[in-house]
Amino acid sequence: MNIDLKTLTISEASELLASGKISSVQLCSDYIERIEKIEPEIKAFVYFDKESVLKSAEESDIRRKKGEHFGSFDGIPVSVKDLICVKDQPCTCGSKMLKDVHSPYDATVVTRLKEKGFIIFGRNNMDEFAMGSTCENSSYYPTKNPWNLNRVPGGSSGGSAAAVAASEVPASLGSDTGGSVRQPAAFCGVVGLKPTYGRVSRYGLVAYASSLDQIGPIAKDVHDAAILLDMISGKDHLDSTSLDKEDVCFADVVKSAGNSLKGMKIGMPKEYYIEGALDESVFADIKQTEKLFKELGAEIVEVSLPHSKYALASYYIIATAEASANLARFDGIRYGHRSQDSNNLHELYLNSRKEGFGAEVKRRILLGTFVLSSGYHDAYYLKAQKVRTLIREDFNNAFKKCDLILSPISPCPPFEAGTLLDPLQMYLADIYTISVNLAGICGISVPSDIVKNLNVPLGIQLIGPAMGESKLLKAAKVFEDNRTIRKFVPNL
Amino acid sequence: MKYDVVIGLEVHVQIKTKSKMFCSCPASFGEEPNTSICPVCTGYPGVMPVPNYEAIKKTIIAGIMCGCEIPELSKFDRKSYFYPDMPKNYQITQYDLPFCQRGEIHIFGKGFSGNMMEEKYIHMTRIHLEEDVAKSVHFSTFSGIDYNRAGVPLMEIVSEPEISSADEAYAYLTTLKQIMQYAGISDCDMEKGQMRCDVNISLKPSGQIEFGTKIELKNLNSFRAIHRAINSEIERQQDILLSGGKLQQETRGWNDDRMTSYLMRVKESAHDYRYFPEPDLTPICFSKEDIENLKKELPELPEIKAKRFVSDYGLTEYDAAVITSEKNLADYFDDGAKKTSAPKILANWVISELLRELSNANISINEVKISSDDMAKLVNMISINTISGKIGKTVFAEMFETGKAPEEIVREKGLVQVSDEPEIESFVAKSIQENPMQVEQYKTGKTAVIQYFVGQVMKLSKGKANPQAVQKMLKSKLDA
Repeated sequence: MNIDLKTLTISEASELLASGKISSVQLCSDYIERIEKIEPEIKAFVYFDKESVLKSAEESDIRRKKGEHFGSFDGIPVSVKDLICVKDQPCTCGSKMLKDVHSPYDATVVTRLKEKGFIIFGRNNMDEFAMGSTCENSSYYPTKNPWNLNRVPGGSSGGSAAAVAASEVPASLGSDTGGSVRQPAAFCGVVGLKPTYGRVSRYGLVAYASSLDQIGPIAKDVHDAAILLDMISGKDHLDSTSLDKEDVCFADVVKSAGNSLKGMKIGMPKEYYIEGALDESVFADIKQTEKLFKELGAEIVEVSLPHSKYALASYYIIATAEASANLARFDGIRYGHRSQDSNNLHELYLNSRKEGFGAEVKRRILLGTFVLSSGYHDAYYLKAQKVRTLIREDFNNAFKKCDLILSPISPCPPFEAGTLLDPLQMYLADIYTISVNLAGICGISVPSDIVKNLNVPLGIQLIGPAMGESKLLKAAKVFEDNRTIRKFVPNL
Repeated sequence: MKYDVVIGLEVHVQIKTKSKMFCSCPASFGEEPNTSICPVCTGYPGVMPVPNYEAIKKTIIAGIMCGCEIPELSKFDRKSYFYPDMPKNYQITQYDLPFCQRGEIHIFGKGFSGNMMEEKYIHMTRIHLEEDVAKSVHFSTFSGIDYNRAGVPLMEIVSEPEISSADEAYAYLTTLKQIMQYAGISDCDMEKGQMRCDVNISLKPSGQIEFGTKIELKNLNSFRAIHRAINSEIERQQDILLSGGKLQQETRGWNDDRMTSYLMRVKESAHDYRYFPEPDLTPICFSKEDIENLKKELPELPEIKAKRFVSDYGLTEYDAAVITSEKNLADYFDDGAKKTSAPKILANWVISELLRELSNANISINEVKISSDDMAKLVNMISINTISGKIGKTVFAEMFETGKAPEEIVREKGLVQVSDEPEIESFVAKSIQENPMQVEQYKTGKTAVIQYFVGQVMKLSKGKANPQAVQKMLKSKLDA
């Protein structure tokens, strides 16, 4: 049969494979064909090995024929952001620094996907070392927004979101340190989930800011995101910050979500909806969403997150401080870019890092080094940690009054490509997503509308408490079912 | 002008564990370069540390044995600096919440130089746990790095600047080493780099409160070298100060062959290590109950053991100190002492005979062929006169050589002491008969000549006659 990739989800593909209507080879071949056709325009991938994908698909089909398949998702392709390690594949983090570096091991999420028969389909473009909100800070090329090629797909997991939106792959794993899964998902009209900190093992995720990083799925719909979360979450002995999984199947939670949000309290932080803070289209979308939630039976309550205004400053201190240490290992000694004209060790360090890193990465390393320096450490790093505690408490207090929080993802629709040149302006656009990382809680981005004159999608954010994914996914699913945007796909 | 010496020691001790601090690579020594490595201990992108709880437990035990406070909450931190032996260019260590705080080491007795030391407690500031760095090897035109050592669990033990002589430093270190060995924390073999020590040393005019300029001594490969280096450094600093010179803060290396130190580097501006909590590891909590449970597992401290040897076995303090200096030796003695009614004689044999032979053969107590049981048996045979002390030495030599049981050797060689009267009597009679001149001397009052007769009888009996019995019989015969 012909497969309509544009709307195909993981759960549908799983049914088609189970019924024998399609094979994994056919599925993967169709995706490969689509990639070959549209990838030159989108540029969502940085690595793609057709041969190995087809080989894995053949193996999957053989397993299935023998009835030895690894569960119902065996043979379905999934791609990963270019900072998740896959054994023997390059893992460059979108950086020249790691251009020729291959991973000697699988990330835990990759191991878990492979164990279920998923085929690792390729590697998605990203802002270098996950530092950026546009996918333009890649050392390869900028990725385009599949809805409007003049707009950015968001970042840093822009390649993942664009690939899913353009139906080059049914789903992808991104990483979210300050909104890097949720914001590109919103910009590309797909679903992006940032799980609770510790829910998903970070082993094999090249660290940007270790206390904030979390791997999350980017998918066509909430159900697929839930399926992937089921696959990748749970305690991992290789990541001592990972958490035990409670006895719940998120995919089942989504399937039985129903069509009502009766009894659910949705909080709207008063600090988020001040005059002029939001683009008109975003404001209108939020108002419409609020209305829809009420119609679905939810109660809207006002909550307060009084320390929100310090979140951005606190985030850019903590994240860069951790990054300055995390990225110190890229020095040209053991692996990665090594400058060829250095006369001594000191020069080797300086030149390798000067040549290997892009401007935004250098900026953040410098910032992080500065805030940890003696004499400044207490005023910046320590203060930021205190603010972080207050922000966490803000959310704890808010969740005493509501089940979930409704918020925008970005204050504006996707930026025009090549226009966001002032880094501070770019940082400011993270305002609605970073608090979730600082608090270590979970958040999801669900497509909500299309800005007609720009032909770009918008997404709303639902935020849940720590380990509150069940509630979060349920509400996201009911919302998704009642928005019509689900039926729209980019015209490619 | 008289000067006070102020010394602080910074000791690094590798903890004996199967695997490294944050990965499962074996923490072994002497492997081919870069064979005990993995993505974690070479700092590959994406890896995360997993703490080795055995190393943490041993650090806490070391702390308890040194009388440290064990805080309920500890954490790891990152210490940043760039060097090729640092796989991540930051070291996972502990900054403000180490596992152990404020301990002490009791020193007393005779120092290494032979002089008596003032009994005192040297306080330690802290003991913290960290990962060891790799080993750099420099060749003529390039350098190599061996990451086998990278990530091996390492304790850093920092003393307060309360040590005031080379003897005290030596005593502090031997006591520390003893504790580590007693608790099975480390073998502290300096040659293998299992124990490393940096010395901070300064002089100040006697009575002055402020410290003088601090010099750091490095490259110290044995306790003996540390003792020598400290004395040499005290002299060097004193000479400069007495001649009106000024010291500069610097790091000096010690050349033990030439018995001099050399300038390594003048202290540059202080390093900024930019410490911050390790986000990849959660803080570690110990309840009071956890600590109490660990205390139950603690081995007996060497000092306590020595006291027990004095009170239970009647050893002199000196003998007890010698025997407890090494845990395995102390255990060996302790085992044997339980099987003899003459533990004091056993101690003499262990100290004079056994230790000498071990040193001659250049082996450790673990490698000795004589079991502690057999050693006790030998002492028993001597103490109940089955064999004489002299024969005992012959038997011991063979035991040391072959590991045979003493009764077997005695039986094979027919060495049983003769206390049997008729047999001794015949030897006594023979000796009196053959030495009329000495008999005459005895009779004229030179009774000391009796020892001559004893010697003759022993010779005739080939050493087997019981000397006491011989003496007694000689006396009665000669006096008759």
